[in-house]
Amino acid sequence: MGRWRRLFSLIVLLTPSYGWLVFAVLAPLGIMFVFSFLSDVPIGERAVFFTLKNYQDFFQNTFYWRLTAKSLLTGLYTTILCILLGYPLALIMAKIIPHRWRTALFMLVIVPFWSNTIVRLYSWAIVLRKGGVLDLFIQWLGFESGSLEILYTYQAVLVGLVHGYLPYMVLTLYIAIDRVENSFLEAAASLGANAWQRFWRILFPLSLPGMISGSILIFIPTIGSFVEPRLLGGRTGTMIGTIIEDQFVQLFKWNFGATLAFLLLVVVLILMALLGLLLRQMRLLRGEGG
Amino acid sequence: MMKYKALVILLLVVLMLSACGGQATPQPLAPVATAESEATAPERFTLRVINWNGYGSDEPFVLEQFGKLYNVKIEHDYINSEEEILTKLRTSPATYDVILPNVAYLRIAMQEGLVEPIDVARLQNWEKLLPRFKDLPELRDEAGAVYGVPWVWGATAIAYNTEKFPNGIDSIQALWDPSNKGQVGIFDSFEDEIVFAGLALGDKTPYQPDDLQAVKQKLLELMDNVKTLWASEDEFNKLFANGDITLGNYWSGAAARAAKMGLPMAFVVPPEGALGWIDTWAIPKDAPHKDIAYKWLDYMISSEFYLTWDNTAGAPAPTTQASLDALAEDHFNRAVMGNPEVLARLVFMETMSPETREEWNRLWEEVKASQ
Repeated sequence: MGRWRRLFSLIVLLTPSYGWLVFAVLAPLGIMFVFSFLSDVPIGERAVFFTLKNYQDFFQNTFYWRLTAKSLLTGLYTTILCILLGYPLALIMAKIIPHRWRTALFMLVIVPFWSNTIVRLYSWAIVLRKGGVLDLFIQWLGFESGSLEILYTYQAVLVGLVHGYLPYMVLTLYIAIDRVENSFLEAAASLGANAWQRFWRILFPLSLPGMISGSILIFIPTIGSFVEPRLLGGRTGTMIGTIIEDQFVQLFKWNFGATLAFLLLVVVLILMALLGLLLRQMRLLRGEGG
Repeated sequence: MMKYKALVILLLVVLMLSACGGQATPQPLAPVATAESEATAPERFTLRVINWNGYGSDEPFVLEQFGKLYNVKIEHDYINSEEEILTKLRTSPATYDVILPNVAYLRIAMQEGLVEPIDVARLQNWEKLLPRFKDLPELRDEAGAVYGVPWVWGATAIAYNTEKFPNGIDSIQALWDPSNKGQVGIFDSFEDEIVFAGLALGDKTPYQPDDLQAVKQKLLELMDNVKTLWASEDEFNKLFANGDITLGNYWSGAAARAAKMGLPMAFVVPPEGALGWIDTWAIPKDAPHKDIAYKWLDYMISSEFYLTWDNTAGAPAPTTQASLDALAEDHFNRAVMGNPEVLARLVFMETMSPETREEWNRLWEEVKASQ
């Protein structure tokens, strides 16, 4: 009797969240998956039939592959930059700064989350343009070898993306590093490990799960990004994300847009599977098992 | 460890799903703007308009004159391309009251049954239209029913910074000139750019290009000079005012407005030619407020509206004789656009087949992707 009641309450408790998940996430995704195999958007009296043409179009035009590769590389660069910038920050916050200062530092990290993307990117435009804040600062420092202009370049896109996604890395790394007991490090020190060895042999491996989840949180949205490239990238700002957006917003080619989005999803799934495999191999090598 | 792994996988799945779902969200750069009327009495209903941002119908005086007169709230949905008008009509039928396609896209809307025939007898100002607009065959179906009311017309040609080019610009090749590298802003539209490249190649019929590969090559060369692509009037003006760009292809009416705002901008129709367009007001099929839509059409082609627009903000060339006569002798829309030689240089936008549009769009995507 108790078992049935538990089952019943489980169903009651889980139905809203899973029902919502199915309705809000899986249903539109399913519709888009079907769309990617249709010849046209089924609205009005359009003759619609199943076709592989959208997928053929992708594979026959090599520039779509190149754009996909460009977007994947952009995701990779953004992730690496976020690790390089975020790791020291998370380390300092978790292990060095006293507790009462952490809240203030957290605020600084989280503020980009609160600001509207468009506002954030236009602010970057003011900083990065010729005669902008950064340019004037560099000139004030005394570098006079011409003016610095980053706006409307690929680098500007990376600046915008890193700024927007850095909080994910800092927060996940902070949680991972904070969980490493100080006694581990003290034990290592008592056995003669120097600061570098304590970091590289103890702290770093134990913070890896945080780094990996942070990387996944950053990599996946950045490869589909379209606002940052469009506003900051100038003529270099065409990505697979902007092409997908054009199909939906401007061109009414939802079918091809859905195809591009699904192919990107497949690429991501393959990469994640490879990453999972790699991590398992690493663990097996270290003798930890599954 | 297992717990952590499960968490990562869950996050991963949710994120991937939401990342893909997110692709379909509308571009945040084109927000829906609501023009609030200040009338104290509640408006009877909302007139929903599709137009470009800052293009006449959303001027404050329109709300003052038209909105108050008929006690309606006027709400605009802004577009960044003609295709977007069609997209909005296809996905939201019976939602909009009036739309502003150019003649080429009006044809597509007619073929797809997205617009209603207009009873021109209900428009007091219809007879005031210049014959070459009133009698335009493209406005009509085989039975002779009219579907669009010609509002204004103009050119997509070259706007440039008069401080940077004190001697003016006398060729479309200025966009390709290596001395202008990194200073050019171009409209992110496959149609406009392919026509411009064709004209620059000396093609008099750029809608039927002799050699599409040569056009592509020409566009790749153009990209070397391009600083960035623009999608709206506001965006072009910002780029221009900041000095990010000093020249680019632009609309005649928008250039007039920018000059009126005090930007050092001049507009030229180069000898090689430029793109011409005629914008028409039309009523979508099953528009919710047809009576007011007719009043809107009539008001939009009135000289009262046109002259106020031109005086306060700046407008493209008018379609009625009365409006034209009221302009000063040296007004751009009278002196330059009224010049038959300039008119002869314009290649007017043509209705393209879906196949051609797809081919041109793919070419343009490839050019953009090469950067």
